[in-house]
Amino acid sequence: MQEALLTVNGLKKRYGAAEVLKGISFDLKRGETLSLIGPSGSGKSTCLRCLNFLERPDEGEIVLEGERIGRLGSRFMSDRELAPQRREIAMVFQLFYLWPHLTVRDNVALAPIKAGGMSRAEAYELAEAMLEKVHLGHKADEYPERLSGGQQQRVAIARALAQKPKLILFDEPTSALDPELVGEVLGVIRELADEGRSMILVTHEIRFARDVADRVIFMDGGHVVEQGRAREVICHPQKDRTRAFLGQIGEAGAAEPAR
Amino acid sequence: MNPGFLDILRTLLAGAATAAQVAVGAVVIALAGGLLLALAIVFTRSNALRLVIGAYVEWMRNVPALAHLFVLYFGLAAVGVRFSPLGAAVLGLGLVGAAVLADVFASGLRALHAGQREAALAAGLTPAQALRYVLLPQMLRLTLPSIGNYASQLIKDTSIASAIAAPEIMFYARNLVTSTFQTPLIYGGAILLYACIVLPVSSAFAFMSRRLEVGR
Repeated sequence: MQEALLTVNGLKKRYGAAEVLKGISFDLKRGETLSLIGPSGSGKSTCLRCLNFLERPDEGEIVLEGERIGRLGSRFMSDRELAPQRREIAMVFQLFYLWPHLTVRDNVALAPIKAGGMSRAEAYELAEAMLEKVHLGHKADEYPERLSGGQQQRVAIARALAQKPKLILFDEPTSALDPELVGEVLGVIRELADEGRSMILVTHEIRFARDVADRVIFMDGGHVVEQGRAREVICHPQKDRTRAFLGQIGEAGAAEPAR
Repeated sequence: MNPGFLDILRTLLAGAATAAQVAVGAVVIALAGGLLLALAIVFTRSNALRLVIGAYVEWMRNVPALAHLFVLYFGLAAVGVRFSPLGAAVLGLGLVGAAVLADVFASGLRALHAGQREAALAAGLTPAQALRYVLLPQMLRLTLPSIGNYASQLIKDTSIASAIAAPEIMFYARNLVTSTFQTPLIYGGAILLYACIVLPVSSAFAFMSRRLEVGR
C-alpha cells in the first residue's frame, strides 16, 4: 500500500445556516488523478477550495505528506503563514484569473521569482519551458487579453506548473470555455495525468473524468455518496443518487453535438 | 510707470513656483494617505475603523477646502500650533486630497475581481506580495484618469492658499492689481499661467491612461 500524498479527514464547512460540507474524507495517492463530480451546490468546489485554505473548513484535517497543514496548534494560519504551504498545492480556476497587467511570461514567472526566490533569468527560462508544455511557447510576450479562453486557461496551467507543486487542484477548468475550446484544455490536463502528476479535478466533463481520472468521488448535498475507480463509478454506479445524476448528465451529453 | 505684460508674468511666475511646491507636497500626502485609508477601508475586519475612516472622508470632502485651511492656519494658531502659510496649504490640501483619493482607490480595489487576489495567494505569494505585484498595479491603472482629474483640480485649488497669504499666483496677482490697477492684464496673465500648468498635466495623465490601456 502506497503512502497517501494527501489525506482529507472529516472536512466540514458551513455558511450561516447552510452546511455545505458535512464531513468529507478521502485519500489521494502520489501520481493519482482524482475527479470530484456531482450536481451544482454539492460542495465539490468548496471542498477543493478548502484544500488550499481559500475557504477555511470549520472542522476536519488536511494532511499533506504526513503533515497537517493550514493550522498552528488550535488556530488557522494567516494568509501570510500559509504562503509556503500553498506553493505546494497549485490551483487552476474556472475563470483563469490571469493577471491582466502582466505578459504571459510574467504571469508564469511571478510566483517563482517572488515566492520561489528564483532569479529573473531562471524564472523566465522555467516560464518558457512550462509554456512549451501547454503548447503556448510562442505567446510568451502577449498580454492575456489577447488570448482565447482556452489559451488563457492553458497559461493558467503553465503558471500552476511553474510553482513546482506536489498537487494541482483544478476547479471546473473548462466550464467557462466555449465548447470548441474545451478540447485543447482537456488535452493538456490529460498529458499531465499521463505524466503521473497528482491532481484533483472538479469537473462536469463526466466522460473526461471517466477516461482520465484514476478515481472518482461523487458528491451530493455535502456528502461523499460514492467513490471508487473512475470507470466503475461512472459506468456501474452502485448508489441510486449517483445513477440518477449520471442519467441526467448522460441525457444532456447525448443531446450535445459530438466534439 | 506701469509694468509691461512680461514684467507681470515674471512676477506671477514666482507665484507659480510656490503653487508647484504646494501642489507637489499636497499630492504626496494625498497619494500616501489615500492609499493607506483605502487599504484600511477594503481590508480591515474592524467595522469601527471603517466607520471612523468613512466619517473622515465625508467630513473632508463636504467642507470647503478654504475652511480647512483657515482652521489649520488661524484656528490652530489660536491654540498655539503655528504653521507657515505654505505648510498649512500643503497639509490642508493634502488631507482633503487623501480623502478624495481614499474613495477613488477603494473603489478601484473593489473593482478588481476577488479571484485576482486568490490566484496570487494560491500561487504562494504573501498578502503583501499579492498587493504589491497584482492588486496595486491594476488598481493604479484603473484609477489613473481619476488621479489625473484630482491632480488638475489640486493645481487650481492652490489658488485658495492666497487666502492665508501663501505667496502663490493669485496672491501676487492681487498685490499687483492693488499697486498698478492693470486688472485685466494681470488676471489675464494669471489665467494663462494656470492653463499653461494644468493643460500639460492633464494631457500627460490622459496620455498615460491611453498607453496603459493599449498595453493590456
